[in-house]
Amino acid sequence: MNEQHESGSFLVEMRGISKSFPGVQASDGIDLRLRYGEVLALLGENGAGKSTLMNILSGLYRPDSGEILVGGRHVTISGPRDAAALGIGMVHQNFMLVDTMTVTENVVLGIRDLAFIPDMAEIKRGILELSERYNLKVEPDAFIWQLSVGEQQRVEILKLLYRNAEILILDEPTAVLTPQEAQELNHVVKRMKGEGKSAVFITHKMEEVMSFSDRVMVLRKGKVVAGKDTKDTNPRDLAKLMVGREVLFQLDRKPFAPGSTVLELRDVCARDERGLPALSGVSFMIRAGEILGIAGVAGNGQRELSEVITGLRKASSGSISINCVDFTGKSPLEIIRSGVSHIPQDRIAVGAVGDMSVANNIAMKGYRSKPLSFAGMLRPRKILELARKMIDSFRISTPSPETRVKFLSGGNIQKTILAREIESCEALLIAVYPSRGLDIGATEAVRKELIAQRESGRAVLLISEDIDELVTTCDTIAVFFEGRVMGIMPAAGAEIEEIGLLMAGVKPGTEASA
Amino acid sequence: MIGLISSILTITLRAGTSLVYATIGEIFTERGGILNLGLEGIMLMGAVTSFAVSYYTHSLPLALLAAVLVGAALSAIHAFLTITMRANQVVSGLSITLFGSGFASFLGQRLGPATNNHRLVGLVGAKFESFRIPVLSDIPIVQSIVSQDILTWGIYLLIPLAWFYLYRTRAGLSLRAVGENPQTADAMGVDVFRLKYAYTISGGMLVALGGAHLSLSYTPGWSENITGGRGWIVIALVIFSMWNPARAIWGALLFGGINAVQFRLQASGTNIPAGFLNMLPYIMTIVVLVLITWWEALSKKVGAPAALGQAYMREDK
Amino acid sequence: MKFYFEKRKALSVKAVVLVPVVSFVVSLLLTAVILFIFGANPLATYAAMFGGAFGSGRAFTETLVKAIPLMLTGLGVALAFKMRFWNIGAEGQLAMGGISAAAVALFASPWIPKVILLPAVLAGACLAGALWAGIPALLKTSLKVDETLTTLMMNYVAILISETLYYGPWRDPNGFGFPGTAPFPEAAWLPRFAGRAHIGLVFGVILAVALWIVLDRTRWGFELKIIGNSQASARYLGISVERNIVMAILLSGAASGLAGGCEVTAISHRLQQGMSLGYGYTAIIVAWMAQLNPIAVVFVSLLMAGLLVGGDQVQMMMGLPAAMGLVIQGMILFPMLAGSFFTEYHIKVVRSPKAAVAAGGAA
Repeated sequence: MNEQHESGSFLVEMRGISKSFPGVQASDGIDLRLRYGEVLALLGENGAGKSTLMNILSGLYRPDSGEILVGGRHVTISGPRDAAALGIGMVHQNFMLVDTMTVTENVVLGIRDLAFIPDMAEIKRGILELSERYNLKVEPDAFIWQLSVGEQQRVEILKLLYRNAEILILDEPTAVLTPQEAQELNHVVKRMKGEGKSAVFITHKMEEVMSFSDRVMVLRKGKVVAGKDTKDTNPRDLAKLMVGREVLFQLDRKPFAPGSTVLELRDVCARDERGLPALSGVSFMIRAGEILGIAGVAGNGQRELSEVITGLRKASSGSISINCVDFTGKSPLEIIRSGVSHIPQDRIAVGAVGDMSVANNIAMKGYRSKPLSFAGMLRPRKILELARKMIDSFRISTPSPETRVKFLSGGNIQKTILAREIESCEALLIAVYPSRGLDIGATEAVRKELIAQRESGRAVLLISEDIDELVTTCDTIAVFFEGRVMGIMPAAGAEIEEIGLLMAGVKPGTEASA
Repeated sequence: MIGLISSILTITLRAGTSLVYATIGEIFTERGGILNLGLEGIMLMGAVTSFAVSYYTHSLPLALLAAVLVGAALSAIHAFLTITMRANQVVSGLSITLFGSGFASFLGQRLGPATNNHRLVGLVGAKFESFRIPVLSDIPIVQSIVSQDILTWGIYLLIPLAWFYLYRTRAGLSLRAVGENPQTADAMGVDVFRLKYAYTISGGMLVALGGAHLSLSYTPGWSENITGGRGWIVIALVIFSMWNPARAIWGALLFGGINAVQFRLQASGTNIPAGFLNMLPYIMTIVVLVLITWWEALSKKVGAPAALGQAYMREDK
Repeated sequence: MKFYFEKRKALSVKAVVLVPVVSFVVSLLLTAVILFIFGANPLATYAAMFGGAFGSGRAFTETLVKAIPLMLTGLGVALAFKMRFWNIGAEGQLAMGGISAAAVALFASPWIPKVILLPAVLAGACLAGALWAGIPALLKTSLKVDETLTTLMMNYVAILISETLYYGPWRDPNGFGFPGTAPFPEAAWLPRFAGRAHIGLVFGVILAVALWIVLDRTRWGFELKIIGNSQASARYLGISVERNIVMAILLSGAASGLAGGCEVTAISHRLQQGMSLGYGYTAIIVAWMAQLNPIAVVFVSLLMAGLLVGGDQVQMMMGLPAAMGLVIQGMILFPMLAGSFFTEYHIKVVRSPKAAVAAGGAA
């Protein structure tokens, strides 16, 4: 209490915060200061330690060392409940919502001074009032699973407002939004700032730093590399600080010279787990030596698209052909045998088997035939040999080929999958969010591998939510919205604005009427 | 005819009572995301300890208390193994059942008086008596409901209370969130660890109470395997009730009813072999399970808490 | 100072080996406490148990007699558990094996040449066990019906079927009213090699080795391992999950059915009460303590059989309940389950965040 220092003018002060996870120093002596009524952008590549730092402030993680002051006073935040009591609230990157409960129930979940038998009508009124004040439209009785991703984010923000949070932490909030929805979010943040609240805004996009924030702090590999007022900086400098060198905006590649058609979809429709339409009349084709990118906000049918092509999900109508042979309704094994490789969205639960070794994971496609097996028997020595080769050429960092995959970092798990899928790829490679959550080095390695596949004459389908990645890596971009192809265009010279509008379901011609 | 229905209903409710306690106990445990397959062992331990206490002290409250404590202790082991040590919930539950049935059988051969060769089998202890309520106890059907002992009356209260608690209170909201999505509950300030422990242990207490009902009321006394698989039938009943305490009564009536019909048929001396009659509850369990799973798949309804059976640790990446 | 758990960087091999051994010791210690409370001398009791199980040739053959069904059912359970198919129906599959063996031996023997009668009887046992496991497997793979419940319920049904048969239509008319069938023809007896110990032991050891080779060295085993670890991965890799689970569970049931077949053809030579002493349940402990490793199952089943035989011995010598052995067995899995945690996690000590600037360099 008697420590007044110079810290009186800061709302939050984090000093010397360190936190390590096995094999990673996620935060390394970070100092952070948040002033009253400001929006602070926390900029950094994936894996720079932004989320870890904010998870510490919101009480989910314990720091290994360091101290935190809120309103000039030393505090110990040992759980989310402590953070809430200090007025700190966080919108996590993966939403923290209970699908089977209503909006209202989610908003009041965990509030400590809630009556034992809560008056739901009263609470609903409060929620509607807030939603009007901040222009965050929600239906209080709707179940979360019925809401779109954008609506779910509104519920997340309402949750914090309902708790009178003074310090809002937003973790990559625009990743799931169309550019237009992101603009709306910006208005909400500005309004909250107008009411004296403060916010920390995590992002890896320079433009957002410029438009959302008053001040920016750049993190790299768990350390602070710069802290500046936003008006004193520009996107180019920020990018340099973030990556630690000049950013490569172009990847080396040969000119686009497509060959024969490898994959063709005609009017493909499919349903999701709930039986709702996930794909509605999707048609496109990919030629040998072409990378086709699927742009779109996550959850618009991308996962279903990859599953339909790989035979993991049945198409309800339409046809799929690979190298001019009809593969509609064929089993995953038959499609694998036709030379299709697949880097799935969920690399830990689907792409790799955590409790088996790196070597076995690498062998999971090739084990069916020579040299890895013979007459039904495996040949462990050949498997190990292949694994060593792959570990070398894909620079997989693992203590040994026998190490279980679950002990590797996310980037190295992805490289293990990549090694297996590329080794076995003969015609088509499907990559679903292949660089999600990877650091800059691993991301670059992944993109280079995709381009190498293109150069060697294979077709590549790249599903990504990162427009920059699509524009730099692909030859052609198809934009997805609600399971439909909104438009297909060459990547060279594609307007990010236009892609953004298509992602929001607005066709250029109809824009005027909106 | 009414007399027959009335007597079947009486036995049905009596037989269903222990199932209701155990079902609601397990619903609360599973709502917290913990699957406890140790019910059979906990019920047996509840039955043997409560009977031993009732035999020596003649105090029914003490007997119930003993059962509840034993239920708490056994489910605390399950809680520790699955929540803190993150052990596989299926295997941990199975070990509770294996240990519980072994230990109950040990106690049944050891806790008795020297005069009975240290065995509990064949002894008579205090037991619960049915109430007799003037007027009501003379009306058929109504009498089946009111002329019951205090444990059966307990379920008339427990079912609505449990439902209200789960769906209308702050605590119930937190509990449902823990079983559905512990990450979210944790981030929203719900103490996931504490709740998981609390509901695993209190659920186990109710289960043990169900066991005590068997040895103090339904079939007073101790016999090896007195539960006859009820602990497992309860696991099926939880699925049947779609994790909703209000629906626990239907499963209990169904299986209590099977018991009652079995009882009546055997008493009336039919020529259906006893073995087939005894198989009924087990075959019905399978049939009910298949039907409800099928119906869930068709209607795309999922009753199970989404995080049931999964360990949760905050800093797992 | 605070403790919490942190994931290890790699699996601890030391922990994998130590955990079962330490668990056994801990369960002996815990049971010692119970014995002490009930006024028995734990050391003397254990000595008597050990002597009763392994102390003499005769004792050891009796231990083998109980180890054989534990081995066969333990292997079946281990295979099923490896697939994350919680088959707790080994008891019922064993019973069906016994029933089917009896049916072949008693009613089909006139039509079967003597030389192949025994193989036919045992094949019948395997088949019945496989069928009894196959029903829950099909319900699971086609309708996702919970297998723990179906396999368990079918135990009760199988045991009631066998009771109905030997109390009723199959009862030996010359049996002086004892519940049991007539004795099998001698051609259907499984040879014994020492005391009551029979060549079912050879079946167990062969099956263990075969299973180990299948799981560790063959393509099919590789697929089974992938399915057991992650069905989503298996599907994505083009492996047929449902078909392989059903095949593995049929095999699992056949192993338990064989156990039942051996019991009736080698020990009782008829179907009668007391065919199984809960072997199918103890098999769960055997499988888990062996960490689902087929070779380890062979040794663990000897140990568990020793506990059962030793428990009987203690009852005769010291008047302690035979359920003693069950208590020790039931206790083994607790430290086992708690201990497995340390193969993947270790304890991390943190001083309070304010003071611990130095702790930052720990990684």
